[in-house]
Amino acid sequence: MIRIRGLLKSFGPRRVLRGVDLDVGAGETVAVIGGSGCGKSTLLKCVVGLIPPDGGSIVVDDVAFGSLRDEADRSEWRGKFGYLFQEGALFDSMSVWENVTFGLKYMTNTPPSRYRRIASEKLALVGLKGVEDLKPAQLSGGMKKRVALARAIAASPRHILYDEPTTGLDPIMSDVINSLVLDLQKKLGVTSIAVTHDMNSAFKIATRIAMLHEGRVLASGTPDEIRKSSDPAVRQFIEGRSSGPIGDV
Amino acid sequence: MTGLLERIGAKLLHISAVMGGFVLLIRSTFFWIFRSRLEWRQTLIQMAKIGADSLPVTVMTSFFTGMVLALQTGISSQRLFNEPLFVGTVVSFAMVMELSPVLTALVVAGRAGAAIAAELGTMRVTEQVDALLTLGTDPVRYLVIPRFLAFMLVLPLLTVLSDFSGSVGGLFVAVMRFGIPDNTYWHDIIDFMETKHFYHGFIKSAVFAFAISFICAYKGLSTSGGAEGVGRSTTGAVVSSMVAVLLLDYFASSVLVAMGIP
Ligand SMILES: Nc1ncnc2c1ncn2[C@@H]1O[C@H](COP(=O)(O)OP(=O)(O)OP(=O)(O)O)[C@@H](O)[C@H]1O
Ligand SMILES: [Mg+2]
Repeated sequence: MIRIRGLLKSFGPRRVLRGVDLDVGAGETVAVIGGSGCGKSTLLKCVVGLIPPDGGSIVVDDVAFGSLRDEADRSEWRGKFGYLFQEGALFDSMSVWENVTFGLKYMTNTPPSRYRRIASEKLALVGLKGVEDLKPAQLSGGMKKRVALARAIAASPRHILYDEPTTGLDPIMSDVINSLVLDLQKKLGVTSIAVTHDMNSAFKIATRIAMLHEGRVLASGTPDEIRKSSDPAVRQFIEGRSSGPIGDV
Repeated sequence: MTGLLERIGAKLLHISAVMGGFVLLIRSTFFWIFRSRLEWRQTLIQMAKIGADSLPVTVMTSFFTGMVLALQTGISSQRLFNEPLFVGTVVSFAMVMELSPVLTALVVAGRAGAAIAAELGTMRVTEQVDALLTLGTDPVRYLVIPRFLAFMLVLPLLTVLSDFSGSVGGLFVAVMRFGIPDNTYWHDIIDFMETKHFYHGFIKSAVFAFAISFICAYKGLSTSGGAEGVGRSTTGAVVSSMVAVLLLDYFASSVLVAMGIP
């Protein structure tokens, strides 16, 4: 369970998050939608503890981020999450399989002799075969994204934060990834936040959708409620029109 | 007037933020050194890298420095005493106490230090540093500690090698140019050199290793602003390291002398 209350974050004079409230129940997948640059990645980074928020609270499974005392505590906090970076953030000095299994050494007791097999299994889940020994520089953009996803789920985290899991993928691959996200939620009961621009994906994977606008959650509800929403900004976003309240800001 | 004060204030704030970040990095390094398993593989890789990167340049530099020292000493003492005296003594003292530690540190800062700043800087701007954090480790644990330990082990070793290669360079000139028997040259060294002279240079090189590794790691990890930022941190890291080496050389020497390690 993830509970976010009144989250604030500014970069210099730019007030990005201005009081975000968001609840993600255990076993839920909440899709966060919103315009480019509205602070979706920033929100995820605050949750995982990469960016210290300026105010507000984040509680995960009854532990508050604010109550962590030292680096060791914060490190343990980050270990609760799988995190898919928007740009992949693969280690370019390591091969694909070393990337995928990197976290196992620190977050699990898996014997290293099994790493390679685990890497192949996780890569198969994201639709990749025979790329184990390549370097990230030898992959296409969409392949990098999927390797990064395999790495994020390799240690079987209980919480997963996806930053645009389907961006840059073809429609078929997008559907493979959507099904994977759904499987992780349904079969393993993973709690997730998925940032996305892709409304198809949002409607497919989310148990709830929250729309971020001007640093706050403007609307949230089940996919059906969002689809039927009468809020002009929400309508503009899901219909993808250039004119409307969002365009006017 | 207020504009000027504001600018000075902003500059001071910036400097104190940098100093604070630098001290925090050192603190965090010692926090993790005692709390986490050492990354042996990474440390060995870094030792090999620093050694291989800097060894040829270090040996060349000190060899030629030893040669030029022998030449100048020989000529001066020929003018004064009509005979080249104590060439080995002068060359070895100058190398062991000052030139080897400083020159080796400058070479290593330019090669290995720059490489560290560039590598960590690239990892920072491509979010690989953040990725380490989300995968259960820490940039300090995984990146900084291995590099710090590698520097602390390799730089003093390179310095000893440089002592030796400088002395050999001096020997070369002493024998070929001034016809000093090689026995005399080595005796001039052994008769005057004591272990404490050797320690003086050795300890200084450890101080330099500490400074260079943290300056370059800090510059790398605090990079922002893409490829341009990486370039800026790399040159910044090298310049700051070199200045730090030259400043610390004076202070470390005075402290060591005060402690009776001449
Ligand atoms: N490290 C930073 N320093 C300064 N400003 C930042 C930083 N990171 C993000 N910002 C600013 O914060 C705002 C939100 O950025 P963020 O990356 O969270 O957007 P986003 O919603 O994820 O956008 P996109 O959908 O394009 O990925 C942007 O205006 C950006 O300029
Ligand atoms: Mg983003």
